[in-house]
Parts: sequence; structure tokens; C-alpha cells
Amino acid sequence: MVAADLLVAQNVGFYLIAAIMVIGALRVVTSNNVVHAALWLVVVLAGAAAQYVLLAAEFVAITQVLVYIGAVMVLFLFGTMLTRARIGAETDLNNKNWLLGVPVAVLMLATMVIALNDGFGNEQLPLDAAPVDTMAISDQIFGPYLLPFWALSFVLLAAVIGAIVLARKD
Amino acid sequence: MLLNQFLVLGAVLFSIGVYGVIARRNAVLVLMSIELILNSVNINLLAFSLRSGTPDGHTFALYVIAVAAAEVGVGLAMVLLMYRNRRSIALDELAEMKG
Repeated sequence: MVAADLLVAQNVGFYLIAAIMVIGALRVVTSNNVVHAALWLVVVLAGAAAQYVLLAAEFVAITQVLVYIGAVMVLFLFGTMLTRARIGAETDLNNKNWLLGVPVAVLMLATMVIALNDGFGNEQLPLDAAPVDTMAISDQIFGPYLLPFWALSFVLLAAVIGAIVLARKD
Repeated sequence: MLLNQFLVLGAVLFSIGVYGVIARRNAVLVLMSIELILNSVNINLLAFSLRSGTPDGHTFALYVIAVAAAEVGVGLAMVLLMYRNRRSIALDELAEMKG
């Protein structure tokens, strides 16, 4: 590998953000406080948006910030607020057999890492990739991927109606 | 940058999310773990999109984000319904359909 191919700044940024994301994700699944878990999830989602920028996907990164950090997190905090009165540490957030999750997750991770190392090893991402512009994405959505877009519209419509019907008091 | 570093990051987040789905008892926390899983998939989609040089992965990442938003809306409505009927959102207490 030539020194010019190393992209030191991008790599340092990647590993820094990746470490923050992994720590945040671990806190999401181990925290004893639902509100803290939601706020750690914000850290992970913001880190994911930063990784999208590193992957030359600016439009998806902005959408991530708007939809996830803006809307989904507000929904989660509302859900937390409406389903429990007390705010603070709790003791009964985990299943009785929560330890079963550890070997499952570790085995799954080991399998995936081995497979990925076998399949992609040292393959480099293209260095001179221009960011994908929004027009190209819209040409995709309203061109070859129009049918999934329609299906998605119906999913969102069904979700809106379903959420109203489920949560309505009658 | 290596392609693999993004894929391994996605795999780590996916495994943490799977652990959360298995280990958590609180329904809201299970939904949060599912969000972790969906985000790891998005990282993979965008990494492969950069590798292939086409914007297809971006399109699917946007679709995944939209589906995740719909899923959270319906999921939290179900959690609210559960809380209204049972005063609890512990998933292991939902045993009425057990044979």
C-alpha cells in the first residue's frame, strides 16, 4: 500500500467515530435507565450519520439526522414518558435468561467477521469517489425503483392509520 | 479506506442489536435494539454502494429509513396499547397465547 492511499485523516475519523458508536451501542443495550438508553441511541445514530458522510452519502446522512434524531427519538422519548411514570434507574429491564444473548451475539459476530475477512480482506474503497448527488438518487427512486417506492408509500399510509387505530381511546 | 472496516462496524452493531433484542424485557428497549440493527444494515448498503459506484445503495438506505420510521410508529402504538391494558410493558408477561 502506498502512503498516499492511506487517507490518514479519514481513517482516524472513522476509528474515532466507530469507537464512540460501539460504546454507545453497548450502553443502549446495557443501561438501567430507559431515558439514558434513548440518549445513547442518539449518539449511535449521529455517529452513523457521520459514517455516511465518510461513505460519500451526504443526502442519506442528512435524512438520517432529520428522520432518526429528529423524529424517531422524539417518538421514543414520548413512548418512554407515556408508559412509565418514574424516571431513573430500574432493575427489571432485562429478561431472566439475558445471559443467553451473549453467546448468540458473540457467535454471530465471529461468523460474520470471519466471512467478511475471507470475502473482502484488504479490498480498498475507491479513493476518488465523488459524493452521490441528490439528483442521481431521485432519478433512481422515480425510475427503476418506482415500484418499491409505491409499496413504501402504502406501508407509511398503513402505519399512520394503524398507529391512530391502535393508540386511540374508544 | 478499506471496505472491510465499514462492514465489520456494521457486523458489530448488528450483533449488539441482536443481543439487545434477546436480553431486554422492556418493549421500548427492544425497539431501540431493532433501530441499531437497521442502522448497521444501512452502513453496509452505503459501503457497497460506494464500492460499486452506483447510487442504488443510497436508494435502499432511504427506503430502510422510511420503513424504520413506520415500524417505530406502529411499534410504539402497540406498546402504548399494551401499557393501557396491562399497566406493564414487560414482554415476558405476554403469555396469554401460550399453549
